[in-house]
This record gives sequence, structure tokens and C-alpha cells, in this order.
Amino acid sequence: MSSQPQVNLDLTRDPTFPRLLLSHARLRPTHPAYREKFLGIWQTESWADAAKTVRELAGGLASKGFGRGMTLGIIGDNRPRLYQAMLAAHALGGIAVPLYQDAVATEMTYVLQDAEIGFAFAEDQEQVDKLLEIADQTPALRHIFYLDPRGMRSYDDARLCFIDELLETGRSFNQAKPDYFDAQVAMGHSSDVSVILYTSGTTGKPKGVCQTHASMIGAGRGACEIDALSPADSVMAYLPMAWVGDFLFSMAQCLASGFTVNCPESRETVSTDMKEIGPTYYFAPPRVYEGLLTSVTIRMEDAGRIKRKMFDYFMGVARQCGSNLLDGKPVSLGQRLLYALGNICVYGPLRNTLGMSNIRVAYTAGEAIGPDLFRFYRSIGVNLKQLYGQTETCAYVCIHRDGEVKYDSVGKPSPGVEIRIGDNSEVLVRGVSMMDRYYKNEEATNEAFDAEGYFHTGDAGVIDRDGDLRIIDRAKDVSTLANGKVFAPKYIENKLKFFSFVKEAVVFGSGRETISAFVNIDLEAVGNWAERRNIAYSGYVDLTGNPAVAELIRGCIEKMNEELSQESMLGHAQISKFLVLHKELDPDDDELTRTRKVRRGFVESKYAPLVSAIYGGLSEQFIETQVRFEDGREGKVSATLKIHEVPTFVVGKA
Amino acid sequence: MANRQIGDVILDVENISLRFGGVNALTDISFNVREHEIRAIIGPNGAGKSSMLNCINGVYTPQAGSISFRGQTFSHMNSRQVAKMGIARTFQNLALFKGMSVIDNIMTGRNLFIRSNILLQALRLGPAEREEIANREKVEHIIDFLEIQAHRKISVGQLPYGLQKRVDLARALAMEPQVLLLDEPMAGMNVEEKQDMCRFIMDVKDEFGTTIVLIEHDMGVVMDISDRVVVLDYGKKIGDGTPDEVRANDEVIQAYLGTSH
Repeated sequence: MSSQPQVNLDLTRDPTFPRLLLSHARLRPTHPAYREKFLGIWQTESWADAAKTVRELAGGLASKGFGRGMTLGIIGDNRPRLYQAMLAAHALGGIAVPLYQDAVATEMTYVLQDAEIGFAFAEDQEQVDKLLEIADQTPALRHIFYLDPRGMRSYDDARLCFIDELLETGRSFNQAKPDYFDAQVAMGHSSDVSVILYTSGTTGKPKGVCQTHASMIGAGRGACEIDALSPADSVMAYLPMAWVGDFLFSMAQCLASGFTVNCPESRETVSTDMKEIGPTYYFAPPRVYEGLLTSVTIRMEDAGRIKRKMFDYFMGVARQCGSNLLDGKPVSLGQRLLYALGNICVYGPLRNTLGMSNIRVAYTAGEAIGPDLFRFYRSIGVNLKQLYGQTETCAYVCIHRDGEVKYDSVGKPSPGVEIRIGDNSEVLVRGVSMMDRYYKNEEATNEAFDAEGYFHTGDAGVIDRDGDLRIIDRAKDVSTLANGKVFAPKYIENKLKFFSFVKEAVVFGSGRETISAFVNIDLEAVGNWAERRNIAYSGYVDLTGNPAVAELIRGCIEKMNEELSQESMLGHAQISKFLVLHKELDPDDDELTRTRKVRRGFVESKYAPLVSAIYGGLSEQFIETQVRFEDGREGKVSATLKIHEVPTFVVGKA
Repeated sequence: MANRQIGDVILDVENISLRFGGVNALTDISFNVREHEIRAIIGPNGAGKSSMLNCINGVYTPQAGSISFRGQTFSHMNSRQVAKMGIARTFQNLALFKGMSVIDNIMTGRNLFIRSNILLQALRLGPAEREEIANREKVEHIIDFLEIQAHRKISVGQLPYGLQKRVDLARALAMEPQVLLLDEPMAGMNVEEKQDMCRFIMDVKDEFGTTIVLIEHDMGVVMDISDRVVVLDYGKKIGDGTPDEVRANDEVIQAYLGTSH
């Protein structure tokens, strides 16, 4: 095989990705590193194979002029060869720049220009076509290597090169200069930038976040430490390579621990591939978990009576003791036996259908994740936990530890990271996973970090008495009540929406003495509830005006108030008055955005009479509002809404 | 981007006449198909297009005329012989085995390549196993080509119509044909599915060099992708030439197109 590396593989002080790769190739050469499905069969590449491919790719790149400090573009679905191309770039002292494979040609132009990309790997004809389309705007791009030759026969652009040819060129180069690769790897330092990840810019142009080998490997190692990740673990790489999370899991953690990265055949086959692979370590955004739960619920409703009864019974058992078992908390023998029986009948087969039979730990991150979701997965034995971080922090700030999973927190600070709550409740972070800088944007970089080296996340949060971080809202949406206490409307609205009877909620209180809420009821849930109690109603408006419904909602808010009172940080943010709106908030009426986010300011001004009635102490108020029907006609809807009071609770002892 | 130059005449239909009792399905039809081209057959319903394909395929025996394939002339074709010679077809109403999986259906297209007898296959002994693997590999290439990996193991009957048509095409391709007869491959598809199908048909021509004879009603598709067009009406040929020539033909306009396209 290749010559013995003269590379210093001291990985404690100065780790880089290529050195980690070579160390795995030495320590566990036959262990599977990457898997990919080809012609319907899983093909496995060992660490030794992977290292060999990286050597050849690096040789090829070097022969074409790729050198230290240069950027390498990566565009495509998750493929082992693309990860290996990134490693090849690292070996030569270069920087990987993955792009979103779904990006349109014009979106790619900015990144290609900003990062001055001269060499790129494209997965297939589709990506190559996009690159060629914008070629005149990206004259620096002189080399495009493609992985899939399908459809490429008739292309004769001089920039294009099939990856097999590149590997061949690499082999020849390595034969002619056998020490080049190792010498280059030896010149790399962990302080070198390893990857530039562009964050989707909501304001202005995307910013290129530069992460070094040190920060990424630090984040990777920390996560491996928390979950004891080992070479025996196995993950599915199916999330975009341009997203920091995938780089963290499939690159940093993979090379930190030596586990196997499995790439699905195509986007449509992800779920079947997952069942075949049975990963031990998994990440998915909340909506994936929600979608799976929904599909399970729907399938169960179609099942026969006996199966449904069995499912309901054992899910009840799971709810009682499932997560406790997972957390290692005490559970009675009787319950243990019942749970074991449930495992055979329900939870085991359920996990199997979801592809989660082997999962030791599953993560999610993002927006408000309903406690029901957590409860469901943990109760059936899937160790679902949350993590929190940004692109600028390698997605590594806080993480749930085993046995300490609280549904409404994002966990405790990860190893090597410290957090602080700054002005305006903003979460500030400092530690191993901080970015080096924004690429070519000194101003933004200086704005992001303060004098003590803390990164400003832009999120508002509180640290509760257990030391867990709770994310409340985006910092700019947080304001204060009249008494100066913190007011985060979205936090309260999300808590209210966890009740199935509440479809939407708008909370007011900025600069005021008390907090109030508009509530939209969920027609299906409340309608069902009403029918079961023989409450007649003639439509949405009628249902909203029903006093029993008001009582129902009052009960929900009261429960929420009680929960809030136990939280020392936000205990004061309880709702004292509410009303049930007579019409659903709708994007067509500009009350919600198209992604169903509440436009609070607009709603406040449109329903101003109601707001003044609430804070004016009135008990009811007539309101007439314009609506736009689905066919475009305009009309008016009016009602007299009752304003209800809700008992609040004394903020509990910490 | 056509790098497969259209070659010599590969299939020649001469003076074919087909009668069912008193109905003249085809009257004295003659046209040829050149290698590597896409030849469209168009015309109103009942014009005899499917009957023409059936004659080429050996399903119907014409009363008069002959068909030449690669220089060999036949007065009538035998289906099995035609398949062996390298002419494959898809069916207007599909003819898939609804209870079998996608992969099994496509494997049936490899039927003529499989030599081992039924006993060897049942016991999966040496040569049979090797043959199965070799043929499976070919089928997997086709699955990859038509992007139906996600549906490999699903029963064909459960798939949506557009996907079933793709499986039908895959089965025809499994025969490694030189000529592919497509009977209304776009029927019942929406715009997106039609675009996909067009792309696959063109890819088949580019990638495998297959000659394609295509019956189609969607004029946009026909004008876009075919090299030459034959127009039938009431069993008679009323037009033959490039899409532009046919488009401007008065008789064709009257009989079929309606307004000048």
C-alpha cells in the first residue's frame, strides 16, 4: 500500500482532519468508514480504502495546481467521494466550501465569487449544468470534477473532468512524488481554516463562516465524549452538506470517533435505506420526527380493533414509565415487566418500522419542539435529545446529557463551552467551537464578538435553576413589561399552542402592566370536545362565543400560568386576561405570514378596539373586521367578544 | 447535443395492408425508420397506429406487404423472433404483472438472456445463481437510469400510473433492444411527468443508441423530439417527413392537426 507516514500524528495538541484520517487508517484499517448503495447493494469502504482514495484525490488536485489556502467547492447530495474530496483539500492545506445542492444557479454565483472558488466537485450532470450556466460570472472556476458520468458523454468543456480520471492522474502524481502528500499533511495546523459555511442571509448577503480544524474537531470530540461515540457507531448522512450540522456529524464527529457514515441512494430512498442500515446515532429536524409520529398515528387509526387496543394500552404504559426507564430513574418491577411485554408487542416493532431499532441516541434542534414529541419517542425507547448551536459555533453550544432531558430546555453547556446571559436576555457563548471569522467581512465579525470574546447569538434565553438553557425567542423580539421585567411573547404563545385546543395565540404586554392574549381555537379539537359533551354549535363563530369553550380555554391558560409560576425567570409572564377571537387569523388577511408566523404589530393595530377594551378593564367588546374570502371577495365579520380573566399564581420559590 | 448520427435504414415497412373482416385497418402503408432516429407515428384515433406497431411486433399478421429488419425481409413477424432480433415495445394500457414487484417485472424482460432450466433456477444452483446476478446487475443499471430505485420492491399494482409506465419502459429496455416501439408513452401524464418521460426517451437514444418508433398524441412532444414523422388517417398514410414538413402539409392539417401549428 502506501509508504509509512512520516507525519506527526500527535492528535492531542494539533489535530487536523487529514491527520485524524491517517490515524484511523493505521489503527483500524479494515473498519468500515463510508458506505454507499450502488446498483442496489451497499458498498463499504474501510478506513484504509478511504485514506487511499483521499491520497489519490489529493494527488490529482495537486497535479492540477490546487494548493495551500485555496478553496474547493462541493456541490451534491451526500456521497463518500465528496467527503473524501474535502479531506483531500484539507490534506493539501485547502478549505472546503460546500454549497446547497438545491440552490439555483444564481444563488450559487455569490458563493463561488465570494469564496473565489477555482476548483469544484459536482455530483452529476444537473450540478455541472448549473455551474456551466453561470460560468461567465465565475471565471475563476477552471476545474469541475464530476462523480456521475451519466449524460456527460457529449460534454466537451475543457474544465470538466470525470473523477475516475482525476484518481488516475492522482495515482501517477503520487508515484512520481511519493512524499508530497505526507509533507503537505505535516504542514497543516489545527488553527487553519477547514471549512467556510455560508449562512443563509435573512438580512443582506450570506456570510461565510470560517471554522478551523480546531473548532470543528473540538466540537466533534466534545459531542463524542457526551454520547460515548465509538467506531462501532453508524450514522445516515442525508442532510445537506452545506449545513453546519452535517459537517459536524459526518465529518468532525466521524473523524473524531471513527464511526461509519452511510450515504443513502437517493432522497426518495432515505427511509428505506435507514431501515436497512439501522443507524445507532441519528439527527433530524423536528418536522421529520413529527411527520413520523403523524404517520404512525394515522396508520394505527386504520388498524384493526385488537391492534388498536393493544397499541393504546401499551402506549399508556410507555407514557408512565418509558422515559423514566431511559433516564435510569427508579421504576417498579411490575411496570418493568409490563414495559418489557410492550417492547415485544409494540415498541420494538414500532422502532423497527421507523428504522430506529439500533438507535442509541437521537438528536433534534430548532424551533419550539412540543413536549409530546419528546415524550412519545423517549417513552418507546428512542433516546431523543436536543442540542443547540449556530453555524458560527459549529452547532455546538448546549446539549442534553443522558438522564437529564428536560423537554423545554436545550440542555447544559457542552464541554469546552461557556455561556452567559447578556443584555436583553441575549445568550452569549465563548469556547472551543467559535468561528474564526466571517470570510472577508471584518465589520460583521467585530459586531458578532464582544470585547471579552463572547459570541452574540441573537437568541434570548434564560438559564434555569438546574443550569439548563432555555431559549425564549429571538433577542430582537423580546421587550419588557411596564415593571421592567422581561417579556418574550413568542415563548408564551408557543406554550399556549402546545394545548391541542389552541391553534394560534397572540400575546400582548410590551410596556404594559399585565399580559393578555387573543386565542384562536382549533376547530377540530374543540369541535370534537364539544360534540362529546353534547354542546351544539352552528359554526366557527358560534363555537368561539360558547361560554363552555371559554371555560375550556381558561382552564388551559390557568394550567400554563401555574407552570410558568414555577419558572423563576419567567414566572411573572402569566396571562391575566384573554379573549377568544371570532375568526381565525389568516395569511390572506395579512395577519399571519405565509409561513404562518404571527404579525404581531399588524394584529395589534387591526384589533386595536379589543386591545384597548382589555386594558381598559371592559368585560366585553364589539368588533367588526374585514375578511378576504378565498375567492378574493371581501366581507365583514362581527361579534361581541367577552373578555375573560384568568387566575394567576404567585411565582414559586426557586 | 446529438452525437449519434442518424444512420441507414434499419426497419423498412413495405406496402402493408391489414384487414379485420370488412374493416381496412391499414391500406398499403410504406415507410422506413433510420438507425438512431426518433420516428413518430401520429394520426387520429382509429387511424391504425397501434395496428402498425402490432404488425411490426408480430402480434398481427398483415394480409399483404413485408417488413425488413436489417436487410432481412419477412412477410409476417413472429413475436418471439422479433424479440430475439432486438425489437422491444411498450403497451398503451401497460401489460405489467400487477402483483409482482418492480424489480421482478423488469427481470422478466431479461427472459431471453436466461439459459438455465427451471430446475437449476428453482434450486439456485451455481450457473443459475451466476446468471441471476449478472442479469440483476443489468436490471439495476436500468433502475438507476430511470430513477426508480425507491420503488424497487413495491408491487407494481400499487404504483401511480406515471411510475407504472416507467416500469413498462424499463422492462422493454431490459431486452437491450435495437429498436424500441413506444405505444403512447405519455398517455395520462401531467406536464411534469411528460417532461420526465421525454427526457428518458432522449437519454435512451443518447446513452444506448436505440432507434425509437413512437406513437404519440401530444403534438408538442412530437414536434419537439422526433426526427421524422409518419401521419396515418383511416389506415392510409397521408404524410411522411420532418416535423416541419408534416406540420405544413394541408392534408395533415385537415385530417388531424386542425389549425396550422
